[in-house]
Amino acid sequence: MTQNGKKERVVITGIGIVCPLGHDIETMWQALLAGKSGVAKTTIFDASTFPTTFSAEVKNYDVAKFVKNPDLHKNGNRGSKFAVGAAVQACRQAGINIETENPTDGIDRKRIGIYLGAGEGAANHDAFFGAIAAGWDNHTNVMDWTKWADVAAVQMRAMHELEQEANMPAAHLSMLTGARGPIRSCLTACAASTQATGEATMAIRRGDADIMIAGGAHSMIHPLGQTGFNRLTALSKRNDSPQTASRPFTASRDGFVLGEGAAIVILESLTSAKKRGVKILAEIIGYGSSSDAFRVTDMHEEGRGAIQAMESAIADAGLTYKDVNYVNAHGTSTAENDSIETKAIKAVFKERAKQIVVSSIKSSMGHLIGAAGGAELITCVLAIRDGIVPATINLNDPDPQLDLDYVPNTPRKMQVNIAMKESFGFGGQNNVVIVKKYQD
Amino acid sequence: MGRTRVVITGIGAISPLGLTSARTWEGLCAGKSGIKRITKFDPAKFTCQLAGEVEEYKIQQYVPKSFRKATKLMSKDIELAVIAADEAVRDSGLITKAIDEQKINVNPQRMAINIGAGLISCDPCELAPAVAKSLSDGKFDIQKWGKEGLDLVTPLWLLKYLPNMLACHVGIIHDIQGPSNTITCAEVSGHIAIAEATEVIARGNSDIAIAGGAEAKVNPVLIMRQCLIKRTTNKHNNDAEGACRPFDADASGSVFGDGGGIVVLENLDNATKRGAKIYAEVVGTGQSACINPVYEHIEPDGYGLTIAIEKALAQANISPKDIDLIIPHGTGIPQDDLAEAKGIEAAIGKETKRIPVWPTKSMLSNTGAACGGLDVVAAVLAIRDGIIPAAKNCVKKAIGCNLNIVTTAQKANIRYALCCGYTYGGQTAAVILKKFEN
Repeated sequence: MTQNGKKERVVITGIGIVCPLGHDIETMWQALLAGKSGVAKTTIFDASTFPTTFSAEVKNYDVAKFVKNPDLHKNGNRGSKFAVGAAVQACRQAGINIETENPTDGIDRKRIGIYLGAGEGAANHDAFFGAIAAGWDNHTNVMDWTKWADVAAVQMRAMHELEQEANMPAAHLSMLTGARGPIRSCLTACAASTQATGEATMAIRRGDADIMIAGGAHSMIHPLGQTGFNRLTALSKRNDSPQTASRPFTASRDGFVLGEGAAIVILESLTSAKKRGVKILAEIIGYGSSSDAFRVTDMHEEGRGAIQAMESAIADAGLTYKDVNYVNAHGTSTAENDSIETKAIKAVFKERAKQIVVSSIKSSMGHLIGAAGGAELITCVLAIRDGIVPATINLNDPDPQLDLDYVPNTPRKMQVNIAMKESFGFGGQNNVVIVKKYQD
Repeated sequence: MGRTRVVITGIGAISPLGLTSARTWEGLCAGKSGIKRITKFDPAKFTCQLAGEVEEYKIQQYVPKSFRKATKLMSKDIELAVIAADEAVRDSGLITKAIDEQKINVNPQRMAINIGAGLISCDPCELAPAVAKSLSDGKFDIQKWGKEGLDLVTPLWLLKYLPNMLACHVGIIHDIQGPSNTITCAEVSGHIAIAEATEVIARGNSDIAIAGGAEAKVNPVLIMRQCLIKRTTNKHNNDAEGACRPFDADASGSVFGDGGGIVVLENLDNATKRGAKIYAEVVGTGQSACINPVYEHIEPDGYGLTIAIEKALAQANISPKDIDLIIPHGTGIPQDDLAEAKGIEAAIGKETKRIPVWPTKSMLSNTGAACGGLDVVAAVLAIRDGIIPAAKNCVKKAIGCNLNIVTTAQKANIRYALCCGYTYGGQTAAVILKKFEN
């Protein structure tokens, strides 16, 4: 709350990204506007015999390029290391000191919080599978836990085990920044970082923090992650053409493309941003969260939860459906999502549905799972900044059932005043954040 | 306009002491320990062979008939959440879809859910046939896995192990359509989930929230992990009852277990209007982090915990003088217990000598994401009955711990109770409950 009892306005004063299209904002943005794809053959592990052999990896990333004390993060899982790089960029832009016990930025560390949508670190697969192989008797179908433990106790490493925990990216960011405000981490599947950003906005509005370091970090490009998604038949199997595999809203879409990365936004109360005199990139004006309460395996057929999340975000922003210019879609390139998301957009935007500009950058970047919403929100901020909306690439054979304006293949120059970022998680958790061009 | 008041109108627990909150509370009051030698798998080669296991149950009895098929998609973590939520909802008198589809007395869109979850490990046995198919010369061969092994993994395998599935299953069973979140801050997840759900109601996004945490730690992968990080005791394999000794001079580590603790939170107006029984009011929550380069432990002075408690006190607009019970995290890990004791002492100052501190893990074991939910349920019942049970296994207080650990059960008029927690990785939280007064 501000001194006069009004809710704080929440603005964005820094952004940072580590993703398949680059390790900094401008590289990513130029690649995105150029219609590039971050998808290629998987190299993190040997996926050559998997039903899907490609993914959108972060390549040639080195956390040591971002920090003075890389040792502190050396055991971090991929997500944690990505989070550190993205947070360094965002904090620099926002003028928040990092890696120091004596910050000179004038910000009380108790007033800086962190909220990430972050996922697990990869298991040590040699140890994980090796221990199972050692313990399992395939004739009796019985596990000998002593044999299992003999291998596990030697091959599993303590720090690697600790770093698998989903709260570790947030832990690394508190060490990096010294933040002592509310520090949270959530994992609502593909909606996690949109949720984190929304809840972080609420923390500032109610006065629990002046600054929240929000966003997400995740990598599920590991054997068990890919096994899980392949078995769910959720991934594209277009192995002969990885770069065109992520093709949201097309008739030929056959699943999403697994990606990885981290995206961080610095959220700040308008009062604090003005006091510090930092540049304001955009304002977060609305947040909505809902659950499908339908099935863990499928989205609600009519998009009930998606509609509710969008409508509550619009209401929270004090807007009507007539005010939104741009929807940055969840747009995963699965048969189910793209069709239900389209239905939900139509239900929310009514007679305006076909005028609404909708695009999915997962076509370029792949699906960053827990980090997806954060990365996509950043592209909304850039769309507002530069007056250009990124395209949905690979959209050459539109699904005749899906008839919105999906910005096919070429970015669109247009004034974006209000953009909506929507994310829908497996199991039916839906989150929507609305971002607006900043005006005093 | 004052802050919307949020009260607790239902409680549910499943723990090594019993399948309900009542049984759990009886066990706590009787000073029973739920810690035993592990039976789920042969622990002979584990440095800690003890755990808090939950007794047998039939999950089908806790879900509506139409949902029985979906129980096949539930890992134990999910089952624990479903069982604790079932008790909490029934206890609250709310009639959700699961309770009686004909008499629903809630608006599903005005209900929220927030269940803290751990990093669920799959059951190695479940993947073993697929691994066996993927061996070359006895070694795991990833190419064989991709080609043949993978097909032996059940198609919906992943859905059992996503942490958000606790909230999703409970949400589907009870038809909860409002805001939904899954806090994954390891051992402080339950506390934070309750804090955040309180905020969701306070800001008007819902009238009712199902909140807490659940986790099944008794899994060979997870127990091995804790053994390797050296957070478990390895000195008590022949003395299960005395194994977990929070704040005791002879403490040597924690013991892990299965559990779930869930509460129904409700906007006071809503609760009053429907004539609900009100256990307690959530009057203050606070959160921060410990920062320690050795991040499997919290910083030696527990400062992150001090901040969380101070924020909760400030929000509740009370001073330490008003607190009559503290349930700490108290894991039995000596250096963490000491840091926690210092962190609490710094927040409550002169009241350190007076305020009874009652750690529960010597009896409940360390149930990870469930800890906060179970401790809040225990605090609610302590307030209701005016009883603070005795701490178990704190025979001689550790040097440097100045807390007033309750060694004998006592009657007490508990005006305010504080539950606090922390986790490896540093996140901390404090939740203050107030005995309900109109």
